[in-house]
Amino acid sequence: MASFAWTIPLWPALGWLTLSLVGGMLPRRAVALLGCGSVALAAAAATSAWITFPGVPQERALFPWIAAGSFAVEAGLLVDRLSLVMALVVSGVGLLIHIYSVGYMAGERAYSRYFAYLNLFMASMLLLVLGKSLLVLFVGWELVGLCSYLLIGFWFERERASSSGRKAFVVNRIGDVAFLLGILLLWAHLRTLELPAIGAQAATLPAPVAVTASLLLFAGATGKSAQLPLYTWLPDAMEGPTPVSALIHAATMVTAGVYMIARLFPLFTHPVTLAVVATVGGLTALFAATIALVEWDIKRVMAYSTISQLGYMFLAMGVLAPAAGIFHLTTHAFFKALLFLAAGSVMHAMDNVVDMRALGGLARPLRYTTGTFVIGALALAGIPPFAGFFSKDAILEGAWEHAAAGRSPLPFLLGLVTALVTAVYVARATRYTFFDMPHRAAHPHEAPPVMLWPMFGLAALSLFGGLFGARLVGAPLLEFLAPQFAPSVPHAPAPGVFAAALALLAALAGLGIGWLGYRERRDPDLGWMAQLFRRHWYLLDLYDGILVPASRRLALLLAGPVDLGLIDRAVNGVGALAAAGARGLRRLQTGYIRQYAAAILVGAILLMAYWVAR
Amino acid sequence: MEPVLFVFFAALALAGGLGVVASVRAVHSALALLLVLCALAGLYLLLGAQFIAALQVIVYAGAIVVLFLFVIMLLHMATGEPAARGLRPWRAGSALAAAFFLAGVFFAALRAPALADPAPPLPQDFGSAQAVGRLLFTRFLLPFELASVVLLVGIIAAVVLAKGALLLRVPAAARPHEEKVRAEVLR
Amino acid sequence: MVPLPAYLVLAAILFSLGVVGVLVRRNALIVFMSIELMLNSVNLTFVALSRHLPSMDGQLAVFFTIVVAGVEVVVGLAIIVEIFRSRSTVNLDEVHLLRG
Repeated sequence: MASFAWTIPLWPALGWLTLSLVGGMLPRRAVALLGCGSVALAAAAATSAWITFPGVPQERALFPWIAAGSFAVEAGLLVDRLSLVMALVVSGVGLLIHIYSVGYMAGERAYSRYFAYLNLFMASMLLLVLGKSLLVLFVGWELVGLCSYLLIGFWFERERASSSGRKAFVVNRIGDVAFLLGILLLWAHLRTLELPAIGAQAATLPAPVAVTASLLLFAGATGKSAQLPLYTWLPDAMEGPTPVSALIHAATMVTAGVYMIARLFPLFTHPVTLAVVATVGGLTALFAATIALVEWDIKRVMAYSTISQLGYMFLAMGVLAPAAGIFHLTTHAFFKALLFLAAGSVMHAMDNVVDMRALGGLARPLRYTTGTFVIGALALAGIPPFAGFFSKDAILEGAWEHAAAGRSPLPFLLGLVTALVTAVYVARATRYTFFDMPHRAAHPHEAPPVMLWPMFGLAALSLFGGLFGARLVGAPLLEFLAPQFAPSVPHAPAPGVFAAALALLAALAGLGIGWLGYRERRDPDLGWMAQLFRRHWYLLDLYDGILVPASRRLALLLAGPVDLGLIDRAVNGVGALAAAGARGLRRLQTGYIRQYAAAILVGAILLMAYWVAR
Repeated sequence: MEPVLFVFFAALALAGGLGVVASVRAVHSALALLLVLCALAGLYLLLGAQFIAALQVIVYAGAIVVLFLFVIMLLHMATGEPAARGLRPWRAGSALAAAFFLAGVFFAALRAPALADPAPPLPQDFGSAQAVGRLLFTRFLLPFELASVVLLVGIIAAVVLAKGALLLRVPAAARPHEEKVRAEVLR
Repeated sequence: MVPLPAYLVLAAILFSLGVVGVLVRRNALIVFMSIELMLNSVNLTFVALSRHLPSMDGQLAVFFTIVVAGVEVVVGLAIIVEIFRSRSTVNLDEVHLLRG
């Protein structure tokens, strides 16, 4: 394989280094060139890797990282089918979003800091997907979490932005604890953290160990990918700049959990694990979709939509259709990033207004934005020939197979109902944002070309990206990934027209309900259901009412009586003890020579007595 | 003959010892010390340590006691010390300690078997200056050299301590800058 | 023939006298002289044992003891003179500034 291919994560890393050190002194054009150019090089390297890929996984060791007795980890890269797909998606979509940012962030004072962070994120994400060892993956995992924090809180002078960044980091951390425990468990049993080795030896683990490790890793994934119960950070992450939301919180970082499960798929094939993953994914999908139905902030609607679609991907993993999950990851990256970028264009035109109640009537002035948004919306809803239909269909086929094989029908049902709700909320969002306001006092202007062309690119991908998985043209992507998962998924699910037809019906029905039922920015009265959705099925009450106060009380307890009372007192006590001892011993020093002489004499007598007695 | 001389010198030594410890006036203590030293010199002669006996008289009795007397004279120790207060427990305690010590020595002396043996015959020049000198320049060369260093240190120390304030009092003419420096520092 | 224990006991008695002197007297000079008494008793022990071993080493020890005792007396007296100069007393009970 070409050596250029191995440099994929190097270019954004160099870009970050340069921009963070000297970016402030460079002119804007240079910063933009550097920021986008590094990602372009990464994308070129990924393409070269794909072109020269020989079909079998390639490994390249970079340097011996940890050598501590029997615990040795080598830092290296692994290029196989899965990582190729991920690298291409990450770098490709990332490049488009970088270009878009040049326009979107044009008026921003901290221009170079933005691109520096964004490049750091690209490098970290590429490291994550290309890592050879589970620890390298984890390093990338942590780094993208850091970048998420930095970028969510990019406008850190705003209190909401900085606290949202903190929230994202802390909630992620909770998942990371489980992740780390899973890593330790795997190390304890397998004595290796090399990803290919773990995959190969997964079958040798005793079932309880495999299930525990896989569930721990999945818990980490729920944190990173915002599934139940660690989803709360993603809607608040919308405080960051919109391209950041598009890149990190739609297309790439949040998909890291899905990637991780796909990467270690042989570990996740136990029925218990599969059931948990599928159920959590499916429930999250429906749960988030219902919340998106009652949100008014366009970005938050998209955030909950992302959570929902990620649930679909996990559902795919849980029904033994990992290739379908990765396919949906790809198409979702296309149309969700597009939706975010279009929303950003709307904000750009409307002075950063995100509340849909203040929008509307933008179809005529913002033609291109509206057009691309509609394309993305149709893709999200799952209408052929747009990409979302094919990928969602692939997942539902897998779920149908799963149910047909005698296991639970729940994943399929959840997926179907969610498809309906998805179509409803996306239609609602589209209508509220762009239509139904004939008179508008201000004249919003369309986005500049540097912002529009990436949107067009993503729109094209959302339109034609479905072909990657369309049976009629041989489903190239699915076929490409099949050997990756062959050991665990021996046969591809038979194409069932039934599932596809049901999905399509659900989507069309949802679109109809959404378009016709939601007009003039007035939601129909859903009564108790609206209240249920708004309170996040009363999870909000659980979190804010019980968990948060409890942990705050625990923190106060630890900070007060434990830290101050016990630990500080112990430490100070040692010092006080030394001082008291010295004070006591000091009384021996009276200054009277006679007493000193007497003491010496007493000592001498005692010594003599000892010798005489022996 | 020897036991008589021993008893004689021992009695002198004991008397002198009591005198050192019990005299009211410091000069009397010093003279008692002189008595002890000379008695001990006699005992050394009995024990065949001629050179050491001579050394004892010359250095100890001849120089050190004289030094003591000089200092007593310098400090006008004509009068004795004031009445002792709170000293009774010390007297009792020290007497007790001394009694313990002596008991221990007696006990050890009367028990050890080898101590009853008669004195072995001596080589020809035992205790002579030649014998001491020979050893000084062979086996005890290092202590010998170090002793001379110690003496040097003693001399310097004595000079420094005795001169004391005199060393620090430099005539004003020799330090013209001092006023300027002091003004600078205090600013 | 005078047995060895006799010398040793004599030395012990002189030593004890010296100890009592150090502990009881308040005049610094007299304390100093008691210390010299103690040193001399040790010298006597050395010489006696040197005679009875027989070995010249004991006498060498006495030689060095005398030398060092001389130096010690010189320095010690110089210190006493200094203390007298500043405090006008050689009463040991009044010299207790080096307290802890």
